[in-house]
Amino acid sequence: MSKEPVAVVGVGQTKHVAARRDVSIAGLVREAARRALDDAELDWADIDAVVIGKAPDFFEGVMMPELYLADALGAVGKPMLRVHTAGSVGGSTALVAASLVAARVHGTVLTLAFEKQSESNAMWGLSLPIPFQQPLLAGAGGFFAPHVRAYMRRSGAPDTVGSLVAYKNRRNALKNPYAHLHEHDITLEKVQASPMLWDPIRYSETCPSSDGACAMVLTDRAGAARAPRPPAWMHGGAMRSEPTLFAGKDCVSPQAGKDCAADVYRQAGITDPRREIDAVEMYVPFSWYEPMWLENLGFADEGEGWKLTEAGVTELDGDLPVDMSGGVLSSNPIGASGMIRFAEAALQVRGQAGEHQVDGARRVLGHAYGGGSQFFSMWLVGSEPPG
Amino acid sequence: MPEVLTAPLVVEFPFTRSLGPVQSAFLTGLRERVVLGVRTADGRTLVPPVEYDPVTAEEIRDLVHVGSTGTVTTWAWNPAPRRGQPLDTPFAWVLVRLDGADTALLHALDAPGPDAVHSGMRVRVRWAAERSGAITDIACFEPYAADDGDDSQVTVHAGEFEDPVTGIVAAARLDYTYSPGRAQTAFITALTDRKLVGERCPSCRKVYVPPRGACPTCGLATSEQVEVGPRGTVTTFCIVNIKAKNLDIEVPYVYAHIALDGADLALHGRIGGIPYDQVRMGLRVEAVWADDSRYPDHYRPTDEPDADYDTYKELL
Repeated sequence: MSKEPVAVVGVGQTKHVAARRDVSIAGLVREAARRALDDAELDWADIDAVVIGKAPDFFEGVMMPELYLADALGAVGKPMLRVHTAGSVGGSTALVAASLVAARVHGTVLTLAFEKQSESNAMWGLSLPIPFQQPLLAGAGGFFAPHVRAYMRRSGAPDTVGSLVAYKNRRNALKNPYAHLHEHDITLEKVQASPMLWDPIRYSETCPSSDGACAMVLTDRAGAARAPRPPAWMHGGAMRSEPTLFAGKDCVSPQAGKDCAADVYRQAGITDPRREIDAVEMYVPFSWYEPMWLENLGFADEGEGWKLTEAGVTELDGDLPVDMSGGVLSSNPIGASGMIRFAEAALQVRGQAGEHQVDGARRVLGHAYGGGSQFFSMWLVGSEPPG
Repeated sequence: MPEVLTAPLVVEFPFTRSLGPVQSAFLTGLRERVVLGVRTADGRTLVPPVEYDPVTAEEIRDLVHVGSTGTVTTWAWNPAPRRGQPLDTPFAWVLVRLDGADTALLHALDAPGPDAVHSGMRVRVRWAAERSGAITDIACFEPYAADDGDDSQVTVHAGEFEDPVTGIVAAARLDYTYSPGRAQTAFITALTDRKLVGERCPSCRKVYVPPRGACPTCGLATSEQVEVGPRGTVTTFCIVNIKAKNLDIEVPYVYAHIALDGADLALHGRIGGIPYDQVRMGLRVEAVWADDSRYPDHYRPTDEPDADYDTYKELL
């Protein structure tokens, strides 16, 4: 028996900001969930199960927050699952929810991911001092900056490419009312003049720290037929993982990322992603990861990704727009960031992306990664049901 | 083989919580010696109050003032209170249904012993002398004779107070005993002789330093010890320009991935003995030990020519 087709019929986000001091964690997730239900014109009783994700419990210090959030998400008396795969968790959460629909376990599933970074200290949560161990010498940016340098060496990319990505994504964010950073006076010169934090990564090439949540309503073919607005159809979805560090790991273009993309393309019947995919919501927390992932995801040959960025191909009006929403560079509620990529991909193929809509987007990839480039989750959504 | 190391590890952090409207009213009420519950659409009163109806999922905001006396619904004796618990003498954990409430609140009951506690007993709030808008504003519950008067009147309450509490600090503390395990213990022990000793996978022959006791690729235990370094190659690096609060290192400094000679995976270290802006990929370096540190303090350039990119590109 073939799988049940999975449709996205509701998307909801909070306005991502530095601190939502007016709401509890329950209030934050509720806001996104309610908006997703409203988009689908459904109510709590229409939901069969809830799948929730967030980054480590240590970030906010609420152990197993899914238990406390059951009331807020209408999950009482229903199955509720928690997913955790570090920064990629928002994507993985959506994929777990989708699998419940695809397997016909449930007809309609609410999936949601969140982070309330203002109540947490991610830097601390990720770098606890461990007895006998050498203290870590750098934060998250310091972890990734050497890999960026390795990419620059491997590809011969000019050192301005990162600033082009940051400038593009911040301008895209101006068209997205939910984006955290709205830098109306952004210029390329300002990006290039911003302080070098972890050379070669500049301040303006890093993501912010945000409070936010994102939710989607996933449903089966019958649910999609009842939906008030056009659904997004899932054409493929996959997860892959690999160790953080191992002998032979390619830190610039991890094998798990390549394998994950290949699996998604196989499911979706994509043989030439550069030509057959219209746009990408890509997980780019540091600007240089755009050209790196363009290669990892098969949109460019090894060493060639930066040329797409430099030529403007990934601009909102380019041939392969990337991070139309402004991306992680403009909003980063960590646990939600992956799901925002997936949801924004869905909005594009539904024609619901508003000012940052790509005209005629029919197939869009949502991408997330996490940990030390060790967890990957992706889905490809289309405006038409899978063939 | 040396004994496996262990050490205490205490993790503490003062998390902050934004309360939202309902918890804000509840905790501010406690500060004012008022216990608030919330009324559901079907007329039940939930104490402590929640923001969303557990049955219908509807948002609920109708606050009511319930009694500060109530009835124990069930309990468990705690003979040995731990750090941070409400009382430092033995007490009962109790679920108390306050007069006017339909649900029970978890708290502590000050009682002389388990024989003095039973389900159905009447109790009342003992307020803390100093109150800040926290659950600890209820110091505990205490036994209460019914003829002391009835406080069960339930009245609608706007939940509005002067200077409301909108956030709290929730201090978290976790006590662990940490052990790095056999392989790391061997590595750490060798460091005292200023040697860097890794382990080789019996299958793929790759040398891991620091060793992990197993090869993450082959899934096999490792035991063959291999001394590596002390020289190595900078495979890649970044220049750190922001000072970490727990590190006594002047910025800017270079944080590098260093492939020690004989190792199949780079480890991380600081580069010194050369201006930060002259560090480059392929630079040959060696470990420099300080008197007081377990690990190499940093790595400095040797007099060798730079390594060819081809010799380390697979390690990136």
